[in-house]
Amino acid sequence: MRIAVVTAGLTQPSSTRLLGDRLAAAVRDISAGRATDAEVTTVDLRDHAHDLTNHLLTGFGSAALRDVIDAVVGADAVIAVTPTFSASYSGLFKMFFDVLEDRALAGKPVLIAATGGTERHSLVLEYALRPLFAYLQAVVVPTGVYAATSDWGAGAGGLHERISRAAGELVTLLGAGTATPPPDPYDDPTPFEQLLSS
Amino acid sequence: MQFGIFTVGDVTPDPTTGRAPTEAERIKAMVAIALKAEEVGLDVFATGEHHNPPFVPSSPTTMLGYIAARTSKLILSTATTLITTNDPVKIAEDFAMLQHLADGRVDLMMGRGNTGPVYPWFGQDIRDGIPLAIENYALLRRLWREDVVDWDGRFRTPLQGFTSTPRPLDGVPPFVWHGSIRSPEIAEQAAYYGDGFFANHIFWPKEHFERLISFYRRRFEHYGHGAADQAIVGLGGQVFMRRDSQDAVNEFRPYFDKAPVYGHGPSLEEFTAETPLTIGSPQQVIEKTLTFRETFGDYQRQLFLVDHAGLPLKTVLEQLDLLGEIVPVLRKELDALRPAHVPDAPTHASLVARSNELEGSTR
Repeated sequence: MRIAVVTAGLTQPSSTRLLGDRLAAAVRDISAGRATDAEVTTVDLRDHAHDLTNHLLTGFGSAALRDVIDAVVGADAVIAVTPTFSASYSGLFKMFFDVLEDRALAGKPVLIAATGGTERHSLVLEYALRPLFAYLQAVVVPTGVYAATSDWGAGAGGLHERISRAAGELVTLLGAGTATPPPDPYDDPTPFEQLLSS
Repeated sequence: MQFGIFTVGDVTPDPTTGRAPTEAERIKAMVAIALKAEEVGLDVFATGEHHNPPFVPSSPTTMLGYIAARTSKLILSTATTLITTNDPVKIAEDFAMLQHLADGRVDLMMGRGNTGPVYPWFGQDIRDGIPLAIENYALLRRLWREDVVDWDGRFRTPLQGFTSTPRPLDGVPPFVWHGSIRSPEIAEQAAYYGDGFFANHIFWPKEHFERLISFYRRRFEHYGHGAADQAIVGLGGQVFMRRDSQDAVNEFRPYFDKAPVYGHGPSLEEFTAETPLTIGSPQQVIEKTLTFRETFGDYQRQLFLVDHAGLPLKTVLEQLDLLGEIVPVLRKELDALRPAHVPDAPTHASLVARSNELEGSTR
């Protein structure tokens, strides 16, 4: 089973990337010993920022970006992590989901997560990320994971617990096998007589 | 194999001088480019159709009629004729008239147009783009093939006992191509009727169009018009040449960097690696163009875009001189590679011959 982590962290090291890594590790641990082990691909959007801009301007992505998009769209589940910028996901994070084809994530299990300087932004998951993925027709696990700067310090038990809970929900969802690929108009075309009469 | 040029007809400032041509200058430049195309031995000139600035060609048959009078061999075509927002009755009349004036040197390419605001100016809605293309074209075909048409459709006023005049030259409608960037429905339409399919090709990676064209070929065969490799395929291309490839790159770069569509985006090097755009020596253009056949199979028509991004007329005419040099090489190479069962693009003469054959066989 393939898990794609999409992280929009900008610094190196990045707490956003760290949160993505922790979530992926938790998913791997929980799914270990099941039918198939989790195989994780991590996409640092920072590496593709120029290509994403070019994609918006020209309507197509570079070969490198196309590979990344294929890896995410082809994954069995996606872990999406963004820093909180100006009370929402970052522009870079949104750009990636803006260039995906319609219905590319339909039915896909997604775990949403965000980082921020203060706990006061934690609802960004509920009012920004969750509606975005609802619009994309993804299946978002009930627990979103928000990590403020303070969560990384002493008493990080709360964060651990949220990571485990969300990862468990994602693995359960994967077992349910909800993802249905969108119909392919090239492999299964609408016959012309039908187009003509509709 | 047919070679030619297609033009968008944009009025774009020359980024090296900041000066934009007037509409009059641009329109006359398009004509000069078409005449030059015939002079250097190209087969086809195709003009775009647009109804919004910064584009000038809103009235393609007016322009093509003028060019027809000043040429003798060039095939006059469009890239594209808006089948969604034009009245199919007017398309039938305009292009039949052009056919007579040009002694049959006419074909046309249907397109939908991707500019939302244009549709309501002509009483339509872009969300109906595909149904409009399908219904309007079905009517257009009947208007050209039946002397008296009764029609009742979703988009147009009904017709009772209507005859579109003039009737097509020699009773044979112009050959039709369908252009599409991303709609399998349009490839399906082209395949259903056994019409040509044109993939604009430029601006995007070839993988994208590979899928569309192989789909069209497969469906062409499905509908019984011949084998998949006998389907009628046209491709776009975009080139800038100088004898020395570095001169070509240096001269074109300021135009590339500010061009409509891809300007301010990827570098010239990235874009030429990913798309058919070729900047370099005539030999490099020959080599790159030959790869199109490897990707898409034997095809019938190659159109180049040479006059956009604010390039001055003088430069464009120089490009045409160079195209005139490389086209005989490409023609020879591609004709030698093409198996005998793969047809040429239909022309008025070939369609008349086929129609006589069919008539003979039913007698």
